[in-house]
Amino acid sequence: MPFRTALSLALLLTAAPVFAQESPTGPTPPATVETTPRETIEGQLSQDRTVIAVPAFATPSVTTVAGLRTDSLGRQIGEVVAADLERSGLYAPLGPGSVRAITMDEVTAPRFADWKARNAENVVHGFVRATATGGFIVGCYLYDTELGTELVRQGYEIVPGDWRRAAHKCADAIYSRLSGEAPFFDSRIAYIAESGPKGNRVKQLAIMDSDGGNHKFITNGQALAISPRFSPDYKKIVYVSYLNNRVRVFIYDVASGTQKLVTESSNATFAPRWSPDGRQILYSMAVGGNTDIYRISVDGGTPVRLTNTPGIDVGGSFSPDGSKIVFESDRSGGQQIYTMNADGSNQRRISFGGGRYATPEWSPRGDLIAFTKMGGGEFRIGVMTPSGGGERMLTNSWQDEAPTWSPNGRVIQFFRTTPGKSGKSTIWQVDLTGVNLRRLPTPRDGSDPSWGPILP
Amino acid sequence: MTIRTTTATIAAIAMLAVGACAKKAPEELPPPPAGTDTPTDSGISNAPIPGSQQDFIANVSSDRIFFDFDQYNVDAQDQATLQSQAQWLQRNPAVRVTLEGHADERGTRDYNIALGERRANAAKNYLASLGIDPSRINVISYGKERPAALGSNEEAWAQNRRAVTVVIER
Repeated sequence: MPFRTALSLALLLTAAPVFAQESPTGPTPPATVETTPRETIEGQLSQDRTVIAVPAFATPSVTTVAGLRTDSLGRQIGEVVAADLERSGLYAPLGPGSVRAITMDEVTAPRFADWKARNAENVVHGFVRATATGGFIVGCYLYDTELGTELVRQGYEIVPGDWRRAAHKCADAIYSRLSGEAPFFDSRIAYIAESGPKGNRVKQLAIMDSDGGNHKFITNGQALAISPRFSPDYKKIVYVSYLNNRVRVFIYDVASGTQKLVTESSNATFAPRWSPDGRQILYSMAVGGNTDIYRISVDGGTPVRLTNTPGIDVGGSFSPDGSKIVFESDRSGGQQIYTMNADGSNQRRISFGGGRYATPEWSPRGDLIAFTKMGGGEFRIGVMTPSGGGERMLTNSWQDEAPTWSPNGRVIQFFRTTPGKSGKSTIWQVDLTGVNLRRLPTPRDGSDPSWGPILP
Repeated sequence: MTIRTTTATIAAIAMLAVGACAKKAPEELPPPPAGTDTPTDSGISNAPIPGSQQDFIANVSSDRIFFDFDQYNVDAQDQATLQSQAQWLQRNPAVRVTLEGHADERGTRDYNIALGERRANAAKNYLASLGIDPSRINVISYGKERPAALGSNEEAWAQNRRAVTVVIER
């Protein structure tokens, strides 16, 4: 088990009370402490974001494991935690570069007056300790400086290569405790890295952490790759490859680096999606120019055809419980959004606004559907309810396309394309409230982001 | 005499090309020259090899037909173009072709692949109606992935909403 919540932390910190193991998704707040409600952010990024001090994590003794020194690792983890919190748009962290370092003793006995003097409402403390088995234990604590209370205490035992995950889990625990939302930092993204001229773009399958860290190219770019999706367990990626000048859906196995066809067919297969349990794959297939949506077991077998109109039926996204599918069809003329049961029954249109609607994606919370809306010379990202009500547009640009949800359904990533001969695509994200728009750092240009769930 | 010299030159070039490839064999085949704007004048000869892409380009009114926004119907002008292609295909019965369907950038990615499929199949079906064996025609959609014109204006988009016939060189 490369990553587990440490149980032995209490033995290390004699001053600490019994170390209570907390679920990363469900820390129990003391009743006396107020949380920062999510709804405080409206319009522009708020100037009164909660100030949180995040000094470098301390270490009981400087040790080097796998080329990583516990003291420098402590600083790096503090920086990743601060960057995560900043990226959420809710907090104004004072990271290791702007506050003093702490001693090991302070981890469980913060000097609250010091942090209040920096106007920090909360302070994050933590430590990094090498284990006898060649890994690290990372402790993560959150305190309320005014009340002098502890809000979060977690520990993670990690292998050296997973240190960024420890930072993300710590940031998730803090974010969840303060906002009341489910976590989302400890997750990964599959996307398409783009390079080269517009007329002959090189497009490679690539993966990265939710903050752009641990970036890795999967394909070498010799065959055009598009529209990847991580399986819910992160072990596989479905995507479309133009290998051998055909359009086909492949299932790529991350551990072995091998891939197989989702189904054997002489027809083009594309637009693949996973079912929430990872056992089924939706794909679209064009037969004689007519595209319909099919479902097949991840292990193969006979595909089930779910649509059979003369129009283009394409894409598709399961509801979180797997009972319904939202998809796109031009059966009524232009592209619109429809829902159906997972067996293809009860197909009904849900989008009726002006313009064309495409690329619907069901929120992991189930309450909303994100989409691309085309009209008035713009492609914008918006959301509506699964019955088609409450439409809200979140972005405003020449061409924003293909939303994908954060694991907690609070943030939407998409790709933005600029016009002209040197036009490029890059990956962006925006809060569900339409604020905190920002570009994700990628080594090359990027498109088709696909955000996976919280890591298992 | 001229012809023999030319053949020898082509053979030499071909060998050079093979030699260059052999040094760094790709793991997988690269995508086809998507623009298919193959130069018709190599400077070597004015007489294209019968049945080649070069011969095709020289003897048809165009290798491509164009579509209106989000449409895939073959209009009168497209029919004339495809008729000239059908005549050439009838003169070269051993030749197989690929029909590439393309869309402009003003559509979403997956839909545009489906739209390119529609366009390529519309062209294929028209060629078949003129007596060309459909088994000679391979279809692939590039959606918006391989624009021929790179601008972001109606003139460029009109050039990109296309179905292009490409000879499969043996």
